[in-house]
Amino acid sequence: MGKGAVMKVDPRKNRLRRTMMFASTQRPNLIRDPYLFAPDSLIFDLEDAVAENQKDAARFSLYHAVQSLDYHGLEKLVRINALDTPHWQEDVRVCVAAGVDGIRIAKCDTADNVRTIDEAVTAAETEFGREPGSTLLMAALESPLAVLNAYEICKASPRMFGIALSGGDFRRCMHTTGAGGGVDMQTARGLMVLSARAAGLQCFDTVYTNLDDLEGFAKETQLIKDMGFDGKSIVNPRQIKIVHDLFTPSRKEIEEAERVVIAIRENAEKGIGIFQLDGKMLDIAFMEGAERTLALAKASGVYKGDL
Amino acid sequence: MKNSAGREIPEEILKKGWKPHQGKDAYNGTEFNKVGTRAKVINRGQESKLVGSLEEAIKGCGMQDGMTVSFHHHFRDGDYVVDIVMRELKRLGYKDIKMACSSIGSASQVVADYIEDGTVTGLTTSGIRDRIGEAVSNGKLKDVAVLRSHGGRVRAIEEGSIVIDIAFIGAPSSDEYGNASGKNGKNNCGSLSYAETDAMYAKHVVVVTDTLVPFPNKPSHIEGVYVDYVVTVDEIGNNKKIASAAARITTNPKDLKIAEDCVKAMVAMPYFKDGFSFQTGVGGPSIATTLFLREELKERNMKMGWIVGGISTPMVEMMKDGLVNCIADVQDFDTGAVASLGTDPRHFDISAAEYANPFSKGAFINKLDYVILSALEVDVDFNVNVLTGSDGVLRGAPGGHPDTAASAKCCIIVTPLVRGRIPTICDRVVTVTTAGDAIDVLVTDYGIAVNPMRQDLVECLTKAGIKLTDIKTLRDKAYSIVGKPDDIQFHDRVVAIVEARDGTVMDVVRQIKPFDIND
Amino acid sequence: MNIKKTAMAGTLESSDVMVTVEPGQNGIELSLSSPVIHQYGRAIKQTVMDTMNRLEVDHAKVTIVDHGALDCTLKARLECAVYRSNEQTEDIPWGKGL
Repeated sequence: MGKGAVMKVDPRKNRLRRTMMFASTQRPNLIRDPYLFAPDSLIFDLEDAVAENQKDAARFSLYHAVQSLDYHGLEKLVRINALDTPHWQEDVRVCVAAGVDGIRIAKCDTADNVRTIDEAVTAAETEFGREPGSTLLMAALESPLAVLNAYEICKASPRMFGIALSGGDFRRCMHTTGAGGGVDMQTARGLMVLSARAAGLQCFDTVYTNLDDLEGFAKETQLIKDMGFDGKSIVNPRQIKIVHDLFTPSRKEIEEAERVVIAIRENAEKGIGIFQLDGKMLDIAFMEGAERTLALAKASGVYKGDL
Repeated sequence: MKNSAGREIPEEILKKGWKPHQGKDAYNGTEFNKVGTRAKVINRGQESKLVGSLEEAIKGCGMQDGMTVSFHHHFRDGDYVVDIVMRELKRLGYKDIKMACSSIGSASQVVADYIEDGTVTGLTTSGIRDRIGEAVSNGKLKDVAVLRSHGGRVRAIEEGSIVIDIAFIGAPSSDEYGNASGKNGKNNCGSLSYAETDAMYAKHVVVVTDTLVPFPNKPSHIEGVYVDYVVTVDEIGNNKKIASAAARITTNPKDLKIAEDCVKAMVAMPYFKDGFSFQTGVGGPSIATTLFLREELKERNMKMGWIVGGISTPMVEMMKDGLVNCIADVQDFDTGAVASLGTDPRHFDISAAEYANPFSKGAFINKLDYVILSALEVDVDFNVNVLTGSDGVLRGAPGGHPDTAASAKCCIIVTPLVRGRIPTICDRVVTVTTAGDAIDVLVTDYGIAVNPMRQDLVECLTKAGIKLTDIKTLRDKAYSIVGKPDDIQFHDRVVAIVEARDGTVMDVVRQIKPFDIND
Repeated sequence: MNIKKTAMAGTLESSDVMVTVEPGQNGIELSLSSPVIHQYGRAIKQTVMDTMNRLEVDHAKVTIVDHGALDCTLKARLECAVYRSNEQTEDIPWGKGL
């Protein structure tokens, strides 16, 4: 538990985050439109998108934008500057003061990094009269060390809701180029999903910067979905629909899930614990997966049934 | 006295004989007289109309102070002809000149100088931009300017409201007898639709070309029988600005979203069946509709019957890909359109009269199914402003907007809810160019609103699962983002009349008052 | 707060506003240019006065070169400029007076 934080089981931690779109705080004409494209989360960037000598201006822009503009219920996250910069403390203060939903810790390498931010957030929640624990955290893992520490990072604070892979910096540290269809990130991705699942957190894949290669983007998205990722970071609205379509259960999958749920319930009422459906063996273990499919379908807005 | 669009028409205007607008179909079924011009008989003794100088042509036409000269705008921002002719008229000492343009803009800024020094005292046009718009808005023009739509201008010429003494017709090619074309030259513009009525009704016609070709230059847009003189100049215009490089569809995500929603709405309407007709503009969301339209047509194995209006490459490509049967061209915006016109038999041009003349026995647009238009402002009564900017200055064009909106079975306005800090949806537009009775659907990035007059469309869109929003909600949303604007302050003096396509007064534009922060 | 030295925030980009504050002695002296001056000149002036009030700045020469910025952007640029004129980038009293 973070020091002094009063935690309850927070439903916000598991909200749908198929797409997390980066939005610039530096350029005012970009600050108010992002919600139109309906990503699941917005990440306002105080870090790489903001020039070194404009960090202060970006904070004022962030504060006032979040206070005045209507983001229609979209989750508002902020990527703050890394702990090895002189900016992160004031970043934390403005994020909490503005009442954003969560903070993305850039270049998070260790569990201690998380604890440091957690403490600063707790202090800021007190300073600005925010409900303790109202600010969530996620960590961007951008180095081999960070990936190896993934599980510890996940467990470092009850505010943590997920971890994200940051491919550009990761590749730089790995001395790789991304050739070979992303094989250089295979282990990192695998480890991260394992860690997130073990810790009960969400896991997000890296941005895809080639905006013209929508086919390559779709392929990568399918890959990470199959691996178990919960979503992907987005840099351009054009990418959103592709991710949402891939992450939304198909009608076939929904119907199958419905049948599983109904069948398990009906059989349970008759006292039958294991049975056959459509040539497959089913028992109660399959309930969770089917329910999760239906929950995802509901959250995606494609399921109107009553299961 | 208020007109049917709720606009106050000043007494001083009504006294001059203008009538207030009474709705888009008020004149349907009525009769009128066409007024021809006094014309000359030349059936012997002239083998060539070519003269050595513009001066010769001007004097030969008997130019005098106070006369009306006319120009087309097919060379758009690359036009040199207006500049050349007006400078020559000034040089020769003429004053009190009235100009009747189909549109005038940044290429002819010298006219702003002539308005300010009184050389030009009258102006009727569709488009008005840059310093010319500012000069008129600041009250520098002696007469009240008249803004007309493309169709309205044709009507005005034919019924004698505009009397043209000399029509100067810039042409990419001409023979010595005045058969002038928008092609066959070195600076081609495609069609010359907006000049055709001028040629037939003006007292005198001077063709200005930079490419003389052997007689007969046929097929030609301008018939030599109407032409008095042919004059050659070095260049009629700037090639690159006459027809810009092939228009590409925007990648702006906001414009694309609006375009996609627009096409979804189109598909839900009963007009969306094999052989439907379509017109769209060149603005971001407008031309982007072609992208989504393609997909819908392919998916349903459908074809459009015809496209009409200002043409650009994406439309030509739809024709080449077999998605539309033919193109009726009124104006060409880019090189792709210019190249296609006349070379592909499915792509032909029509005159401005055939396109949109309201006082005719049935213009093309009478049969139009969908028109996609943009707007600077739309108010809660669905009135549209495409003429005055956010500072109250004239800087737009009715163009074909009022014509097509009034005629098409479905008129869809596509626009972002706000542009910078300007709310597109507002309480009351500064100037009405097209009245709400002609506007059916509004598609913005924040929602779609349907004119309450079209309950049939409300029904079919709702049935298709398209969420509709009240236009007042859109206005409120716009104001909540940018703040509620103050009204622009004007002087009382009327500087321009916005004439509806039937000759009545749609609205008036007054002289702007500069903003004083200490007010 | 006082305006200790000339400071600037914002850019000339579309939808942004460039705010310059300089030390002054005659209350808030405002010079304003904006493409939407007719519709929002009064509102912009009001925001400047309100913001200066909240930050307790009594004397300043304020130059606004606006390109259609929303009110929240104007506030952000004003505050940033005032704090920069005091060379302060941290420990901003977010929410109190801002």
